[in-house]
Amino acid sequence: MALTARSLLLTELMKGLAISVKYMLKRPVTLNYPHEKGPLSPRFRGEHALRRYPNGEERCIACKLCEAICPAQCIVIEAEPREDGSRRATRYDIDMTKCIYCGFCQEACPVDAIVEGPNFEFATETREELMYNKEKLLDNGDRWEAEIAQNLELDAPYR
Amino acid sequence: MAKLTINGKVVDVSNGMTVLQACQTVGVEIPHFCYHERLSIAGNCRMCLVEIEKMPKPVASCAQPVMDGMVVHTDNDKVRKARQGVMEFLLINHPLDCPICDQGGECDLQDQAMAYGYDRSRYEENKRGVADKHMGPLVKTIMTRCIHCTRCIRFATEVAGVEELGAVGRGEDMEITTYLERSLTSELSGNVIDLCPVGALTSKPYAFMARSWELGKTESIDAMDALGANIRVDARGNEVMRILPRLNDDINEEWISDKSRFVYDGLKRQRLDQPYVRRNGKLEPAAWSEAFAAIAERVKSLRGEELAAIAGDLADCESMALLKDLMASLGCRNLDCRQDGAKLDPTQRASWLFNSMIAGIEQADALVLIGTNPRLESPVLNARIRKRWLAGKFPIGVIGERADLTYSYTYLGAGPETLRDLVGGQGAFAEILKKAQRPMLILGQGALARKDGAAVLAAARRLAESSGMIKDEWNGFNVLHTAAARVGGMEVGFVPGQQGRDLEGILAGAESGAIKLVYLLGADEIDMRRLGRAFVVYQGHHGDAGANRADVILPGAAYTEKTATYVNTEGRAQRTKLAVFPPGDAREDWTIVRALSEVLGKTLPYDTQAGVRTCLTAKSPVFSAIDRIVPAQWGPFGADGPMDAAPFKSPITNFYMTDPISRCSNIMAQCTTMRRELAAATGEARTGTGS
Repeated sequence: MALTARSLLLTELMKGLAISVKYMLKRPVTLNYPHEKGPLSPRFRGEHALRRYPNGEERCIACKLCEAICPAQCIVIEAEPREDGSRRATRYDIDMTKCIYCGFCQEACPVDAIVEGPNFEFATETREELMYNKEKLLDNGDRWEAEIAQNLELDAPYR
Repeated sequence: MAKLTINGKVVDVSNGMTVLQACQTVGVEIPHFCYHERLSIAGNCRMCLVEIEKMPKPVASCAQPVMDGMVVHTDNDKVRKARQGVMEFLLINHPLDCPICDQGGECDLQDQAMAYGYDRSRYEENKRGVADKHMGPLVKTIMTRCIHCTRCIRFATEVAGVEELGAVGRGEDMEITTYLERSLTSELSGNVIDLCPVGALTSKPYAFMARSWELGKTESIDAMDALGANIRVDARGNEVMRILPRLNDDINEEWISDKSRFVYDGLKRQRLDQPYVRRNGKLEPAAWSEAFAAIAERVKSLRGEELAAIAGDLADCESMALLKDLMASLGCRNLDCRQDGAKLDPTQRASWLFNSMIAGIEQADALVLIGTNPRLESPVLNARIRKRWLAGKFPIGVIGERADLTYSYTYLGAGPETLRDLVGGQGAFAEILKKAQRPMLILGQGALARKDGAAVLAAARRLAESSGMIKDEWNGFNVLHTAAARVGGMEVGFVPGQQGRDLEGILAGAESGAIKLVYLLGADEIDMRRLGRAFVVYQGHHGDAGANRADVILPGAAYTEKTATYVNTEGRAQRTKLAVFPPGDAREDWTIVRALSEVLGKTLPYDTQAGVRTCLTAKSPVFSAIDRIVPAQWGPFGADGPMDAAPFKSPITNFYMTDPISRCSNIMAQCTTMRRELAAATGEARTGTGS
């Protein structure tokens, strides 16, 4: 009896429509992605970057600890004494297609040079573009320095 | 014997030992920095503290002789606390620069800080800063890292025999420095890099090039001199990054010469990486088949006696054995491996070996050096002579050039006349030799590589026989070679066959046109102008004199790039191992000879390395006793005859450049310049570089 009444009166349909109407009046939970973005944790591990000191000197000293710890073995470093005798990398390559974004490189770095920044939008059309070299990484660092510095500062109390 | 209790275990050790050594015999490891088993005891790092019952304070075990009834604790709270204290003091002034330090990853201080260090510092004052010192083109110094263990000073004074390193100041202000900040003038200076327990002394050419954990390590044999020092070749990818010594008490203990250590950059320059054929007077790149065809074309029209082969200083035994067989099958008897023209007697093994063995130097009680400067010809062997000399009661006589050998000697004379007098029993030194129980002589290539070499060899044999050097359990007749390939060539029998021409005969034949094809197996030290119009085949790895003159070049492999056998001056066969692959189209040397034999229609029956090794063992018993010595029988050798009055001269004037590899090395060139400048500045002829 109750079943027949419910079927005839379309109550379930009405209930469903009521939910739709209710949500139509609420603020949407989805984001209009390219134009809107969700919040990111300061610990978010995105695209890699090589940082510089405020005076412009590159931080990386080619100690190769990141290369050693990388579980995907996607980092390749070669070093040489620079003209002033300091230890610097002549080559710093990351194969972003191999990288598993574990963040160990960032943990291993004694000078906070290699970091995984907040950028996650670096899809490319070709595979080759994902073979990052030192120039590209330093460029990333320059571009994202403000965000990276802020994230590091925010995360510092928990380290 | 003394009875000790170490951590509850009772051990018997001999009386002269130290507590640290006693602990090592039972496998108890004690951390240390300044103690080194081949250097004198300093006892200044204090890291090896142990507790000995009934002693009021912890004791430095490296400097404490054992006594009967000692009860030693090496790992209790008191000891650990003492060592932690020492470590904290060491780290007060040690910079925190492990990430940029070349010692990082293989550093004693790093390792022991993991065991005894504290994870933060209580030191708030400024750290000490020390100016870096100049120590020449090989050793890089970062003196702030120094922990004052003084190993380098003790090595330079005791083993290398050059008193050029020292310490100035006391306590925290102590600084290690060279005399007047000059470069080290030792041929063994590179060893201080290994000795330094921290990163204060590191390798300059290797600076920042690689990390210890990313290197592939291959245990191999050195080919820069005839000593056959045991080395470890560290490579990354297909590039040799550095060469380190390996422990072998019978040969090099744990030292290697600077040339052995730093020659590796010569392996990357001037390499022959593809075959070449001379067309219209110009060498042009060619395929292997073309190069072989060019040789076959020429050989076809020639008789056996118109061919000749000369083996060079870096040739391995495998390729020499195969080339000998190939030449024999072509009917050629004109072979020689003595490209310096040394008159070694192929009939008696004892005539070309270092019969006393290198370790045997320490048992000798008198020594005559004839026409040799061991400091230039084999610095590590020279260090062994010095070690024996330091132990005392070791008179040394020198016939030949006056030189700074790092030990004092009696200068007997310059040439063969002095040798004749000595054989005749004249002079005070002859008496010394007669009285000695185990006298020995070392005959250099400078005395043999001359026209009257055979007579000098015979005179040296007579000296050995007349002064009691030949006994049942002792053979004091020694030949010191300068080339890694020489003894191997003699053992293989790469010498003229019956009525065959020797080196002089081959060169004369080539000049006159009797020899029409010369096969140079890495031979670069001969006078290329004397090859006349002969067709020259050069098989080797560097574009040196031989390749320059060649009509066909067959690119081979250097000693780090092949698994090959070398026999050292004692007659000890040892194997190198492939650490990196030969560049480009270059191939292992024996495979080249094997492939050529097929083209020439005289296919050699060896297809595998094992096959070649059976070929070697058939030629001499030394090849079946790898790493061991097969003693030589004594017998007559040499040829009595008149000796020229000309003085003996060591064949090596510039220690740093003796073969195609070292001549291509930039580091060796820097060393040569450094020595020249130093010699010019000091006005002393004490260095190894001739003008």
